[in-house]
Amino acid sequence: MISAVRQQMSGFTATYRRELNAYFATPMAYVFLAVFLLALGLFTWEAARFFDSGVADLQPFFAWHPWLYMIFLPALAMRLWADERAAGTDELLLSLPLGLPGLVLGKLCAAWTVAGTGLLLTLPMWLSVNYLGNPDNAAIALTYFVSFLMAGAYLSIGAAVSALTGSQVTAFVISVVIAFVFTAAGWPLVLSTVQTLFGTGFADLIARFSFITQFESAQRGVLELRVVAYFLGFTATFAFLNCLWASRRRLG
Amino acid sequence: MLDVRSLEKAYGNKQAVRGISFAVEKGTVLGFLGPNGAGKSTTMRMIAGVLEPDVGDVLIDGKSIISERRAAQAALGYLPEGAPLYNDMTPPEFLAFLASARQIPKGQRKDAIERTIADARISGVLGQRIGALSKGYRRRVGLAGAILHDPPVLVLDEPTDGLDPNQKRAVRALIARMAPTKAIIISTHTLTEVPAMCHRAVLVDRGRIVADDTPAGLAKRTDDGTLESAFARLTDQVEEETL
Repeated sequence: MISAVRQQMSGFTATYRRELNAYFATPMAYVFLAVFLLALGLFTWEAARFFDSGVADLQPFFAWHPWLYMIFLPALAMRLWADERAAGTDELLLSLPLGLPGLVLGKLCAAWTVAGTGLLLTLPMWLSVNYLGNPDNAAIALTYFVSFLMAGAYLSIGAAVSALTGSQVTAFVISVVIAFVFTAAGWPLVLSTVQTLFGTGFADLIARFSFITQFESAQRGVLELRVVAYFLGFTATFAFLNCLWASRRRLG
Repeated sequence: MLDVRSLEKAYGNKQAVRGISFAVEKGTVLGFLGPNGAGKSTTMRMIAGVLEPDVGDVLIDGKSIISERRAAQAALGYLPEGAPLYNDMTPPEFLAFLASARQIPKGQRKDAIERTIADARISGVLGQRIGALSKGYRRRVGLAGAILHDPPVLVLDEPTDGLDPNQKRAVRALIARMAPTKAIIISTHTLTEVPAMCHRAVLVDRGRIVADDTPAGLAKRTDDGTLESAFARLTDQVEEETL
């Protein structure tokens, strides 16, 4: 059993290192980090009126995470498989004695690390609110953790679709659409419409599968295993689809 | 060493490979010849485990590419058509990635990489990104990746394509040096290099083997005794038969 898992995961380290280096060998990771932080700052201060709320917490900052992830993370993930297809290197990769799950998770974790770096670089924000007042630091730490898990879920969509289409632009557009569905399902505007059309029960069901709903429950500062399980399960589901879609290449 | 058993593959309605079988022993360099679209690359992809055959199997060092894919692939070095490479890496980074992916023990990686760099004659470009290399060097870096783990079976899809005469000679010399200890398949369009490089020539057309002989034996089948006319006659002949 363990040796079977080890065989399937062979190639994880090699792939993870390669992909992480690829992000930082080109301007990609730096551009991503710079623009992501800029956008996050802009939305937090300008759109959410961070200073006007008069409360020292990161609520206006976290509120934008799902929306920014929805746009930025598919951009980070779109190259993972489509780039291999375009350069023909997938043929090289498939000729190596590796298990596909190791490749899929290695790529996903590399992108996840870049996203996590972006999240780490927002820590000055956390320090600032501590300087300004007395925020609930446990709740903030928990929200950071769940935000990181949520980033994995968004990336898993992007990576899987990248394996499906073989074109970066198509992968980006389709991923954003899928990500939008899972994000906006918990948006009050969408929810109230669904409620009017299909009733409260259905609206509740939709909301339960929304990233926003799951993420908001983390912001209340209660560690719910349900939320952790949701994001990890979501990521695992799309990683599985990623394996399936990447293995289609072997069928020709 | 390498046993290819009645491979078949169709892309949609198009039958690309229709029952190709041959065996290659250690010490043999087999030239895999045929017109464009004959099914050469498809066959090589199936041997490398990149593409699953519809029918048939391939045994590499006694291991089935279907039921023991990873063990079979571990015994194989493969240079895909066009030598695709990661442009953002330098040659040593690329070889280090392959060494790690092929799980060469950590203590042996440095030696393997150094030996391969010397064999493939790429020591002059180690600091450059692969994307910035000339076609000849790219091909040699790809070749270096295929021989890094010193596999008993090599499958090289057009290893000399796009090289200048000096580079071609260097690649031929490298293949000749490796030949005694390996089973090697090479596909090529350049018929003139077949007698110099290959012990055996397999000619495919429309997914079938139409000739399997020594290069000299193949050439003798025509009046003027050249491989070109043998190539033209054998592939044209099949065309007439199917019309």
